[in-house]
Amino acid sequence: MFSFIVSRILQALPVMFVVSLISFAMFAYVGDPVAIMLGQDFTEAQREALVRDLGLDKPFFVQFATFVANAVQGEFGLSYRLSRPVAELIAERAPATLELALTAAFLALLIGVPMGVYTGIYRNSWLSRFFLTFSLIGVSLPTFLIGILLILTFSVWLGWLPSFGRGDVTRFGWWSSGFFTWSGLKALVLPAITLGLFQLTLIMRLVRSEMMEVLRTDYVKFARARGLPNRAINFGHALKNTLVPVITIAGLQLGGIIAFAIVTETVFQWPGMGLLFIQSVGAADIPVMAAYLMLIALVFVTINLVVDLLYYAVDPRLRVGRGKGH
Amino acid sequence: MKAFFDSDIWWSFTRSPVTVISAIVAFICIAGAVLAPVLAPHNPFDLASLQLMDAFKPPVWQAEGDRAYPLGTDDQGRDMLSAIMYGARVSLLVGFAAVVFSTLVGVTVGLLAGYLGGKVDALLMRIADIQLTFPSILVALLIDGVVRAALPRETHSEVALFVVIFAIGISNWPQFARTVRGSTLVERNKEYVQAARVIGLSPLRIMRSHVLPNVMSPVLVIATLNLGFAILAEATLSFLGVGVPPTQPSLGTLIRIGNDFLFSGEWWITIFPGVALIVMVLSVNLLGDWLRDALNPRLR
Amino acid sequence: MTLLQVKNLRVEFPTRRGTLVALDDVSFDIAPGEVLGVVGESGAGKSMTGAAIIGLLEPPGRIAGGEILLEGRRIDNLPYEQMRQIRGRQIGAIFQDPLTTLNPLYTIGRQLVETMTTHLPIGPGEAREKAIGWLELVGIPAARERIDSYPHEFSGGMRQRVVIALALCAEPKLIVADEPTTALDVSIQAQVIAMLKTLAREKGTAMMLVTHDMGVIAETADRVAVMYAGRIGEIGPVREVVRHARHPYSQGLMGSIPPLDRRVERLQQIDGAMPRLTAIPQGCAYNPRCPKVFERCRVERPELLDAGTTRAACWLYAEGAGHV
Repeated sequence: MFSFIVSRILQALPVMFVVSLISFAMFAYVGDPVAIMLGQDFTEAQREALVRDLGLDKPFFVQFATFVANAVQGEFGLSYRLSRPVAELIAERAPATLELALTAAFLALLIGVPMGVYTGIYRNSWLSRFFLTFSLIGVSLPTFLIGILLILTFSVWLGWLPSFGRGDVTRFGWWSSGFFTWSGLKALVLPAITLGLFQLTLIMRLVRSEMMEVLRTDYVKFARARGLPNRAINFGHALKNTLVPVITIAGLQLGGIIAFAIVTETVFQWPGMGLLFIQSVGAADIPVMAAYLMLIALVFVTINLVVDLLYYAVDPRLRVGRGKGH
Repeated sequence: MKAFFDSDIWWSFTRSPVTVISAIVAFICIAGAVLAPVLAPHNPFDLASLQLMDAFKPPVWQAEGDRAYPLGTDDQGRDMLSAIMYGARVSLLVGFAAVVFSTLVGVTVGLLAGYLGGKVDALLMRIADIQLTFPSILVALLIDGVVRAALPRETHSEVALFVVIFAIGISNWPQFARTVRGSTLVERNKEYVQAARVIGLSPLRIMRSHVLPNVMSPVLVIATLNLGFAILAEATLSFLGVGVPPTQPSLGTLIRIGNDFLFSGEWWITIFPGVALIVMVLSVNLLGDWLRDALNPRLR
Repeated sequence: MTLLQVKNLRVEFPTRRGTLVALDDVSFDIAPGEVLGVVGESGAGKSMTGAAIIGLLEPPGRIAGGEILLEGRRIDNLPYEQMRQIRGRQIGAIFQDPLTTLNPLYTIGRQLVETMTTHLPIGPGEAREKAIGWLELVGIPAARERIDSYPHEFSGGMRQRVVIALALCAEPKLIVADEPTTALDVSIQAQVIAMLKTLAREKGTAMMLVTHDMGVIAETADRVAVMYAGRIGEIGPVREVVRHARHPYSQGLMGSIPPLDRRVERLQQIDGAMPRLTAIPQGCAYNPRCPKVFERCRVERPELLDAGTTRAACWLYAEGAGHV
């Protein structure tokens, strides 16, 4: 078990390395930070002073090492666009994105898994066909369009829910949460649905196809041949086997939520890391882009690791057995 | 040709009304988009023909609608129907080109990795795995952002279209590579490949003429499904403002422009391009679904 | 009273190319405690017969005619829930591939206990004790410790023993065994088949043993039915069919087994191949390949006719035709 964790962590290191290399390369070669920071008029002396200050005259690997050392401590320099420390900006926005992402993920799983199981078992009922049509549309709708349609219906026409911002938030030290105020919760509804819908349809289709595969296996056939009741077959044998691969893929999909948060935050002007990232891309604000990239890589790598561990815990075949019989 | 119409595939195609309808719809969309310059009632980019007086006209079935502009006009008097047709053209172009790009890169890498094996395989798959850790939209955003920062503004506008195609294409190749690699590994051990090796054909020739035709079937399915995703990806990037240049608006760009008018009541400026997008992607996805089921040997 | 009666069973598969007849007018009986072997080439319909009996025909296949009676009661037309209660409890099944027949995520103990508590009026504790007993009976060493192991911790032969235990643990009267030893190593096959035979005799369980391995049949069965193209060609006591086959196809089959007691230059072979189920010839299905074919064979389909010690579906044994 321990060696399993260690080997997985070792596998994650090259990913982080490559990502930090790319981030750093962006810093070093894209645009001219000196020009950006000093503006239009500057003297040669000012330029040289800044170059020395930023350490831009040192060799590549030294700069890279400094970059990584700084990154590990959370130090990414100043945003070109806002002239504030990047770390501060991200910390400010992180709670918004995280609360949104978690709510969306929760919704997607809570509704997607049961729908997938139902359509996998009762393949031809009209409810299944309805769910399937719904899921097909869900996969064909881009996230931003869902957001717009929801805004149109619930904000413009019905006026029930707000269409931008986060509502009132309560602060707990460094964290700001929207869960504890009524307006915070109302503001969370539309973005969470928008973000979660795509994931929901993906999860539903995944669970369904896995369920159908499992119901075709020999061991399910044998279970039927033994006269086991349908309930035991569907929710015992089939479901357990379905969830094993679903865990992996669903876990990886949840990484997609973080990516699509960018779009959702843009549509709803949700003050999270995604909105920050888009604004940075538009303004060529490299420090923020680089920091976001590294943070995201870390999150994904961690998600992968956790999913691997879960897989290991659930599937007995992965635990090399104590003794084999003949 | 006759063999095609006799085959199982055609039979299952004609049996499913949904698939036939979506094929027809997809065809209409593609025809309308490709032939936009010929079919569109107006040219929304010809600044001379725009009448600001006609701005903000609602669709023809509403009170102040005008039959000349069946789907209404936007804030500059551009006809929505024509704008949508031209926009669909750009969306389709980018989506299609991106998929072709992904396929070329992915299939090549997959063939090389599967056939040559060893270190080449390990390296290529490692790269694919690292890229697969990230959702493709993020990769596309990143590439687009980096290029945008690296190029001066004017150059960027000129090549923006290619950058978008490149970004979306690059973000999707690992899927193809992995599938093709898997199939290649299977085919490599089959007798016809070994026979070709014994005859002395070069690896390149074997890969191209013998292995490739046999691994194309799943590639076709992935490519069709990817077309839907590519179109959506382009729409998303354009909506976010980092996609195609404003001079060649796609459906995503149109939606973004229209978004500003949502609250003032001119909903049609954003909704109609949205509907067009949904219809196009939906029909492509339905076709892809049907193709996947039809080509899946286990379901036959 | 016979345990199982299959009368004129007909199984069809509607396909887009027309209706495929997988089983055509199949009839046989199985007495309590008897072992009936069913042999034939791949595609002859052996497995299909077994599937029809336990009510697990894969759709779109369906029973299109005939009856299946268990202890005099019809079971082919029962609603799902009633048939489910018969499965496992009255009729058990053993499938071919032990590597895929057991759920990899459940311990073997759990799978056994589950089966027993479903069908027998006992609680989990008692079921567990019985499960240990069954494992010992089928020859799993250290059963008390191994009962909480997962299937992948056992070898193929051991797993098939577990499968046999699972099939027998609800104490059915009949077992349908579809190629129970084909997927096992040759050295293990003999052990497993012997164990199966002994257990069946001890418990008085009848068995329909489907296989293409004549050796297993000769060892284990009381009677044997030879199937061809969805029909029964010959049926009779195993010794008679093996040594004195009457139907030309059975003769060909028995003749193609290499004898151990003398040298032969070439194995006897039957020319041609079994017809595809979409292209079964008129009359007797075997007529294109039969060395003793004559006119009537090509026109009329023979029923099972009395041929002395066996019954054979062959016009050679029509009344007055004389014995060949």
